[in-house]
Amino acid sequence: MGDGASVEMTRDELRRDLIEGTEMAAKRGKIPMLTENELDYLEDMFACPSRIWGVERGHEAVMSKDGSVNTLCSSRLSSGVAAPIGREAAIRLFETAFAYDSMEVGHTDYSVKPCKFLATVEQEHMELLQQITILPLFYGFMPNLGLYYRPDGAYANPSDLLPTGKIEEARRTQEEALEACQQDTIWLSEKMVEVAADGINYDTVASTGDAEFLASLRACEHITKTTDMAVEIGMAAEVVLGFHGELEYDGTRLAGLWPHQQMKLVEKAGASIFGPVVNNNSKKSCAWNVARAVTFVKACTAEATIPVHPNVGNGVGGVPMFEVSPLDMVTRASAAMIEIGKADGL
Amino acid sequence: MAMAHALASSIGGIKTAGDLVARMQLKKMRLTEAKAYVADKLGVSTFDLSDSTLMRTVREELDIGTVTAVPGVAKGLEAKTRIADLLDIKINCVERLMRKTGLVRDPALEQAGRR
Repeated sequence: MGDGASVEMTRDELRRDLIEGTEMAAKRGKIPMLTENELDYLEDMFACPSRIWGVERGHEAVMSKDGSVNTLCSSRLSSGVAAPIGREAAIRLFETAFAYDSMEVGHTDYSVKPCKFLATVEQEHMELLQQITILPLFYGFMPNLGLYYRPDGAYANPSDLLPTGKIEEARRTQEEALEACQQDTIWLSEKMVEVAADGINYDTVASTGDAEFLASLRACEHITKTTDMAVEIGMAAEVVLGFHGELEYDGTRLAGLWPHQQMKLVEKAGASIFGPVVNNNSKKSCAWNVARAVTFVKACTAEATIPVHPNVGNGVGGVPMFEVSPLDMVTRASAAMIEIGKADGL
Repeated sequence: MAMAHALASSIGGIKTAGDLVARMQLKKMRLTEAKAYVADKLGVSTFDLSDSTLMRTVREELDIGTVTAVPGVAKGLEAKTRIADLLDIKINCVERLMRKTGLVRDPALEQAGRR
C-alpha cells in the first residue's frame, strides 16, 4: 500500500487499481492515459513474486541525488542512520561503494537561508571533494521561501494574513519575500560557481507555492545566463499551490501548474535537468500510485528537451510514504519510472 | 532508498560509465543522446556502458578512474582532466586546475601578480 503496508491482491484487483491510477492522473493533468501494453507491463511487474525488480539491461538511467548524504549522516528526518562519518567520506562511499552516477554536496540544514551563513564552509567542502572525486558533484539546497516569513523570517506570514481575508497584504508580503529568497539563491549559487561545482540543485522547489517557484525560476535564469553552471530544479509537489495566485513567469500563470507544464517553464529558465514530483496517496495501493505517477512523468518526458529525473523518495513517485520503504516496491517504482515513464534518470 | 534505486535502475557510476553519461546530461542531453555520445567517444556500444566487466577494463585502459582502489590509476582531478579531454567538454574543476597551475593563461591572475 501507499503507506508501506503489505496487501494481497488478485490480478483483477491489480489491473483495476492500475487503470484507476492512470485515469486519475489523466483526468487531473488533462494528459494521456497509459496504453494497454504499458498497463500489461505494470501488471506483470506487480504480479511477479520476485523481491527485487529492475530495468531491462541496457535501459539503465542516471541517478542524481537530493538531500546530499543525509541518508548516511542525518537522522530520521531524512531516513538517515546518523553514521559516524563526515560528509567527504559519505560522498566517497556513494561514489565507490554504492556506484552512484552523480552526487550532491549539501548541508544537513538544507535551506538556502541557513546555508548562506555557512557558505565558506560549504565552499571548502566542495573544493576538497572536487579534488578527490570523479563523479559530477552538485551543490544542493532548498529555496524554502517559508523560512522568510515570521516567526522564522522578517516578512509577514501569508498564512496568518489569508485566513483574515487580507488577500492583498498576503500577496505583497510574498512578492517582497520572494525577492529576498531569489537574491539569496543566486548568491549561494554564485559561491558554488567560484569553487567549480559541476551543478546546482534547487530542491523541493515551490514548497510554499507559486512565489517560491517564481524565485527559483528567476534564480535559475540568472545563473544559467551569466555562468556555465548547470542547474537542476526538483519540485516539492505535483501541483504548484497558488498562495499568491497571480504570479507569472514568461506570461504563464504559475498557480495550478502540473508537472508537464512546470517542465516547460523550467526549460525556459535554462535548467539542465527537471525533477518532477507526483505525490502518493497512502490509502491507495502501490499499483494505483505507480500507475498515476508514471502517467504524469510520461507526459513530461514526451515533450521535454532536457533530461527528466522524477523524484522517487518516500511518499512520492509511487514509493510508499514510510521511512523504511519496502525494497520490492521501491525497485518497482524505480523501474516503472524508466521503462514506462521514459525518465532520463531518477 | 538510494541503494534500491541504484540497484534497480542506475547505469553504475564510475563502476561503469554512469558518471560520463551524467556529465552529458549536465549539458542538457537526454538519456539516449547522452549514452550515444559517450559510447562513441569510448568506442563501445551504448549497451556496453552499463557492463561493469567491460567498463572496468575500458576505464583502466583509458586511465579515467576505476571504482576499485588500483594504485597508479588516475584519481580525482587527474581522472576528470582526462575525462574532459575524452568527452571533449569543459569540466569546471578542471578549468580551475588549469588556471591555478598556470597550464592555461589566466589574465585575472596575471593582473593580480599571482602568475
